[in-house]
Amino acid sequence: MSSRIEILNDGGFRSDGRRQYELREMTFDMAEQAGADGSASVAHGLTQVRVSVFGPREAKMRSQTIHDRANINVEVGIAPFSTGDRRKRSKGDKRILEFASTIKSTFEPVIQTALYPRSQIDIFVHVLQQDGGVLQACINATTLALANAGVPLLDFVCAVTGGVHAAAPMLDLTTLEENDLPHVTVAVMPRTGRVTLVSMETRLHVDRFEEILRLAGQAGGVIHKEMRAVVRERTKGLVDAMGAGVRTSDFAEDAMVADS
Amino acid sequence: MRPPSPSIPEKEFLFSTLEKSLRLDGRGLIEMRPLELTFGEELGHVDCTLGKTRVLAQVDAKMVRPLPERPFEGIISVHSEISPMASPEYESTGRPSDEEVALSRMLDKVIRRSDAVDREALCILAGQRVWHLRLTIHCLSDAGNLLDCACMAGMVALRHFRRPDVEVIGDEVTVHPPSSRAPVPLSLHHTPFSLTFALFAPSSSHTNISSQTAPITLLDPSLLEQRLASGTLSLALNAQRELCVVHKAGGVPLTPEEVLSAVNIAVQKAKELEKMVDARVREDWAMKKIEVR
Repeated sequence: MSSRIEILNDGGFRSDGRRQYELREMTFDMAEQAGADGSASVAHGLTQVRVSVFGPREAKMRSQTIHDRANINVEVGIAPFSTGDRRKRSKGDKRILEFASTIKSTFEPVIQTALYPRSQIDIFVHVLQQDGGVLQACINATTLALANAGVPLLDFVCAVTGGVHAAAPMLDLTTLEENDLPHVTVAVMPRTGRVTLVSMETRLHVDRFEEILRLAGQAGGVIHKEMRAVVRERTKGLVDAMGAGVRTSDFAEDAMVADS
Repeated sequence: MRPPSPSIPEKEFLFSTLEKSLRLDGRGLIEMRPLELTFGEELGHVDCTLGKTRVLAQVDAKMVRPLPERPFEGIISVHSEISPMASPEYESTGRPSDEEVALSRMLDKVIRRSDAVDREALCILAGQRVWHLRLTIHCLSDAGNLLDCACMAGMVALRHFRRPDVEVIGDEVTVHPPSSRAPVPLSLHHTPFSLTFALFAPSSSHTNISSQTAPITLLDPSLLEQRLASGTLSLALNAQRELCVVHKAGGVPLTPEEVLSAVNIAVQKAKELEKMVDARVREDWAMKKIEVR
């Protein structure tokens, strides 16, 4: 069915009305989830992911503690209703295990684990809706959730998917496009502009790969701006709330002075 | 019980030699260990050694009913297991270890997802009979870079394998044994090779990942190098300059230029490997030919 839909039409528009380099609407929500130390939900178009972070805390199993740094534990759950074909994936599915280990190894060097010896940081990833770019959404959500939990990070990690359709590179693919095109997920660390994750599973010519890698690097910078704005706003809200507390006590003192 | 991690002197020695672009086994930085392929009596039986890493791959085919959703396609399944035989590192517990997951996913991506084997050519009678290829990978010894060795063994086994010739007349399927008709090779679209680079953060700052100097990249890491590396980059590509798998998760961050230079090295290596594998498979087939008078 998908072959009948034009991926990129003559006017330069994609099947959902976007241009080649246009990203889908992004929603970053850092609202606190009760119980978790930090959480974030991220939506890229219809793809929606929620990540909760617990810790740094004492490890449940003593065998998992590492004497000089924190152990990071990532668990990924994919909701059965997140895709078109409702399929239950078992916890031991190799694809999900690989997905979790990809997220884990991406964040291991970014989190300053040496500050928390003998402790554990749990990252629970829930994929609620899938419409392409699941890895990208999971990585962006994990960055925000960790920031929300107050875990010290060396830098943001901003991920984006890119694909190539008949020599025309495109960004932020939907499921429809992912099924038809070779695609790459790239995660960048915006401070240095270096890539920390590159993941590709489909066949692509080396020259095209080069093009898409550079493009995705730039797009990562754009996503970083959005993410940073959300983190700043959230922090500002928290600081204001703290200030508000101080101010009320100031008022109380003023009132007392006025009374006497 | 896992053996203790490399000792501090071992680690420091390795890092200090890498500074001088030297490797403990005398190789250049982008030099692979000698690759050796030994073919068995049977078709599709390959013993692949990369230095002291050794993997055995075996292909067999049988006729089955196709999957209802894909009536015109044959079935390929890849089975791999890392037993404690390969290295005392691996334990035979119930849960698959991280290495095992990585290996089986890499094999799946290199052999199945990249469409290396033409699956439609494995169809005998649409909706009724197709070939089911079973590739079994036995990891015999792990002296580093098991991933590349296993992928190589798997692909070469598929190149070496030949299935019996079948004849279809109406609904009647006749299988000709190798003694009466020469078995036919599988139709392969391309041969992807997996190449793994180990990345070492430049000295002075093994912990500081945001340093500006370029990291040291090694091709085909040995066991010690693999264990001490701060990240790996796995590429799978064919001689036609097509990348099939790129997998780099975490570790030292690289600039896009550094990634691309690794890709360019891999392109050269893939071409060399293709030539060598092609020659070896041909040579073996020539030996197996029996003249019938």
